[in-house]
Amino acid sequence: MQESCPSVKNILLLDSEGKRVAVKYFSEDWPSNASKLAYEKSVFTKTLKTNARTEAEITLFDGYIVVYKFVHDLHFFVTAGDDENELIITNVLQGFADSVGLLLRGDVEKRTALENLDLVLLCIDEIVDGGIILETDSHNIAGKVATNAVDGSVPFSEQTISQALATAREHLARSLLK
Amino acid sequence: MAQPLVVKKDDDLDEEEYYSPFLGIEKGAVLQEARVFHDPQLDARQCCQVITKLLYLLNQGDTFTKVEATEVFFATTKLFQSKDAGLRRMVYLMIKELSPSADEVIIVTSSLMKDMNSKTDMYRANAIRVLCRIIDSTLLTQIERYLKQAIVDKNPVVASAALVSGIYLLQTSPEVVKRWSNEVQEAVQSRSALVQFHALALLHQIRQNDRLAVSKLVTSLTRGSVRSPLAQCLLIRYTSQVIRESGANQGGDRPFFDFLESCLRNKAEMVILEAARAITELNGVTSRELTPAITVLQLFLSSSKPVLRFAAVRTLNKVASTHPLAVTNCNIDMESLISDQNRSIATLAITTLLKTGNESSVDRLMKQMTNFMSDIADEFKIVVVEAIRSLCLKFPLKYRSLMNFLSNILREEGGFEYKKAIVDSIIILIRDIPDAKESGLFHLCEFIEDCEFTYLSTQILHFLGNEGPKTSDPSKYIRYIYNRVILENATVRASAVSTLAKFGALVDSLKPRIFVLLRHCLFDGDDEVRDRATLYLKLLGGEATVGETEKDVNDFLFGSLDTPLVNLETSLRNYEPSDVPFDISSVPKETKSQPVAEKKATGKKATGSSAVSGPIPTVDASYEKLLSSIPEFADFGKLFKSSAPVELTEAETEYSVNVVKHIYDGHVVLQHFECVFLDISILQVTVLVDASEADEFLEVVSKPLKSLPYDSPGQTFVAFEKPEGVLATGKFSNVLRFIVKEVDPSSGEVEDDGVEDEYQLEDLEIVSADYMLKVGVSNFRNAWESMDPESERVDEYGLGVRESLAEAVSAVISILGMQPCEGTDVVPSNSRSHTCLLSGIFIGNVKVLVRLSFGISAPKEVAMKLAVRSDDPEISDRIHEIVANG
Repeated sequence: MQESCPSVKNILLLDSEGKRVAVKYFSEDWPSNASKLAYEKSVFTKTLKTNARTEAEITLFDGYIVVYKFVHDLHFFVTAGDDENELIITNVLQGFADSVGLLLRGDVEKRTALENLDLVLLCIDEIVDGGIILETDSHNIAGKVATNAVDGSVPFSEQTISQALATAREHLARSLLK
Repeated sequence: MAQPLVVKKDDDLDEEEYYSPFLGIEKGAVLQEARVFHDPQLDARQCCQVITKLLYLLNQGDTFTKVEATEVFFATTKLFQSKDAGLRRMVYLMIKELSPSADEVIIVTSSLMKDMNSKTDMYRANAIRVLCRIIDSTLLTQIERYLKQAIVDKNPVVASAALVSGIYLLQTSPEVVKRWSNEVQEAVQSRSALVQFHALALLHQIRQNDRLAVSKLVTSLTRGSVRSPLAQCLLIRYTSQVIRESGANQGGDRPFFDFLESCLRNKAEMVILEAARAITELNGVTSRELTPAITVLQLFLSSSKPVLRFAAVRTLNKVASTHPLAVTNCNIDMESLISDQNRSIATLAITTLLKTGNESSVDRLMKQMTNFMSDIADEFKIVVVEAIRSLCLKFPLKYRSLMNFLSNILREEGGFEYKKAIVDSIIILIRDIPDAKESGLFHLCEFIEDCEFTYLSTQILHFLGNEGPKTSDPSKYIRYIYNRVILENATVRASAVSTLAKFGALVDSLKPRIFVLLRHCLFDGDDEVRDRATLYLKLLGGEATVGETEKDVNDFLFGSLDTPLVNLETSLRNYEPSDVPFDISSVPKETKSQPVAEKKATGKKATGSSAVSGPIPTVDASYEKLLSSIPEFADFGKLFKSSAPVELTEAETEYSVNVVKHIYDGHVVLQHFECVFLDISILQVTVLVDASEADEFLEVVSKPLKSLPYDSPGQTFVAFEKPEGVLATGKFSNVLRFIVKEVDPSSGEVEDDGVEDEYQLEDLEIVSADYMLKVGVSNFRNAWESMDPESERVDEYGLGVRESLAEAVSAVISILGMQPCEGTDVVPSNSRSHTCLLSGIFIGNVKVLVRLSFGISAPKEVAMKLAVRSDDPEISDRIHEIVANG
């Protein structure tokens, strides 16, 4: 399988207790919800004591490469097969963490992420499709997600990044489920 | 550690109660809320919130019932009426999550197709992605035109969406996607980095079975039109594939090596890494080729980014196994990584150092490692233990300090896998380094004095029983063994009793004292312990029926069971109490080949063949039961061997047929499994087997199948007679003959008149390997020496020019069909010679052992020396004949 296309097995966003904020699996390696939860738990506990706040960290276990990064009370993970190029996967992680940062206007914590869960889910949708990397540039990702804000009447193609982020900010101001 | 975590959790819970927007969310209530989707005046914001809630539920692992999912799906389709862009995005996401069934898909197709042709690029891109996820191949042909246009669209997001969808669709509708080659080729030249990447990935997948096309693709692209780093990485992978497959023309410069080397100077780190790794993994890489790759990896070692250090040290670690000298330049950088914060990096660094280190650095490394062991996880400790084991085998003179290290860590805390790795290592060292025996055994004895793992205690006791009596002072071990009888659980006690008996059998001076100890065991509370003690007392006292002579006693005590335990267990379960005693020689000795561990990476599943192979019984016992229940085959005698199923049809055709060869002493039965994937009914199915090219076989019985319903497998049999004791081989051509009857699609009834039809199948061969059972032996050297040297036949063969040594070894193994022992089927890359040990049982229950020595010369000429020992010298000659004719 060496000559295959780089692929991502899952993208996880967990909180500081290892609970799900948003997850997306692209591989059949974990067929049931129970096996997914077990995987999340072991990834979380194995990485808990490490310091992944300034630079993305990496670990190898159970035949997977996991790259991860912690921001406040959020833990970002990206998993791939163990023969994958580590730097490609790290690019995906960086794109994910940074674009969430842009969309949440720097307020990267569990509470804001849950209040803007629609943005986080769209963000994952824009990064990887069926395991294949779609986009890793955080500004592009955030731009694509933010233009979908509910009242975005400007045609997408004509919006600049800064406008896009302004829409994201406005979106943030609304409490999601009041 | 657990305690403070729990307290913290409680604190957070209070906060969470206050904050989480999803607190107390409940599926039923949200499904009620979804009714707003039906409002004539849609409130986009409110709808968006409800969808988010639904997605939250799904994301947390909640599931919808079929009815709920359908209801939500229909409600969601209403939302296409809203013009709101944000809501539309959420609708797309929701549809993908619900993965609607085929009849539901039709409802959204037109809406999505409208979006696909919208003026808004973002609509187009997303609609393409959603639509391609949910449609089937008939609908696909309707939208194919739009997809082809989208691939060459000037908007990169739209083009990428179409290309990625193409990669996905290639698995389900390859014939459609293959028609897009021209458009995809155009997209490879795109200025957008990601479009280029996606186009290249799709183009390669379309052509992956066509070596020449891939090679052409690589040749044209390596001239430099690929700029995106991701696409560069792909190109490097494809290039190394081409290099690997064109491996024949060795000697001169490797094709495309210049390209790989130029990638080492790329701006993007991911490309540099990909190229460096590709170079290190080249077949038979030379040190001149390695040098530039090692140099860039060495730079990565001192990077501030953990991921980069990890990637570099992981690659170098692999290189160190085959080319330790190439990596020694990095040793200084590597040593500073021993104290790396990231323990994965530290472990990889230290094991690399162990592989590259020389004899003088061992002591220093050992010292560093002692500080290091306490704060790494068990799985890394195992890696270290394995590195030490191989180091010790490399430098046997250093066994003292290495053995000390192992015994020290054995005394520390650790889980089962870790302790097992240490014990295994010590046992291997004792076996291979005679000087280490006494101290090693002593460390193991110390360990079982305080060992919490029953498995390890019994393993050590067993080993002690075999090795202990042969040491200079066997009596000093008795104390440790008898302590087990006093202190441990029943399993360990029973095993200690056996060990005592072994000492008693081999050391005459200890015999009287062993008798005293064994008699004590007669009062044990456990049945097994008492039984063993009684048996051994009689055995050693010369009263039992098993042992007439001393040799028999020793055979009984030390001989290994050559029957696989799994088979023994099944046979014992099937044995019904009767007058006929259970006969151990009736247990099948074939080792079942492990079902190929499903590699996690294989995402694609063979659709056609998996459906057939599913219900086919693969267990020998069930074959035997089935065959003996068929009256025609009842008098064929005992089934000797059943082969693995052989496919007689290509994958994904209308008919699927595979066959299992059952070998008897004087007969061969071919069992065909048929399956039809057309919606027709076929009757009177037979497989016509033409044995005209296999003149020693005579067809005796053919059992056809009355009817074969759609998609459910059936089976037919053909039996042949063959001369007994002759190694009959030959080729059979096969034709599937049957009567086709159409099924009326409306009523499901089978129409009356059928048409006779035939379907050509692939040929089947019966080869000499079919007469050989794969049966392993646990200790090849013992088994070899216990065979009669008179039966040995040795000869040398030239195998001509082969691709590699490994290829030659596996070819010979497959011709003989024997079980490789002690992992000798694996050939280290770049080695010039190799010895391979094989064992098996030949038809007629003749045990055969084979020792193969291979050598390869510079122009890839392989020579082989074949030594055979077997129970029957005639069979030894026969084995040589097989090789000479193969």
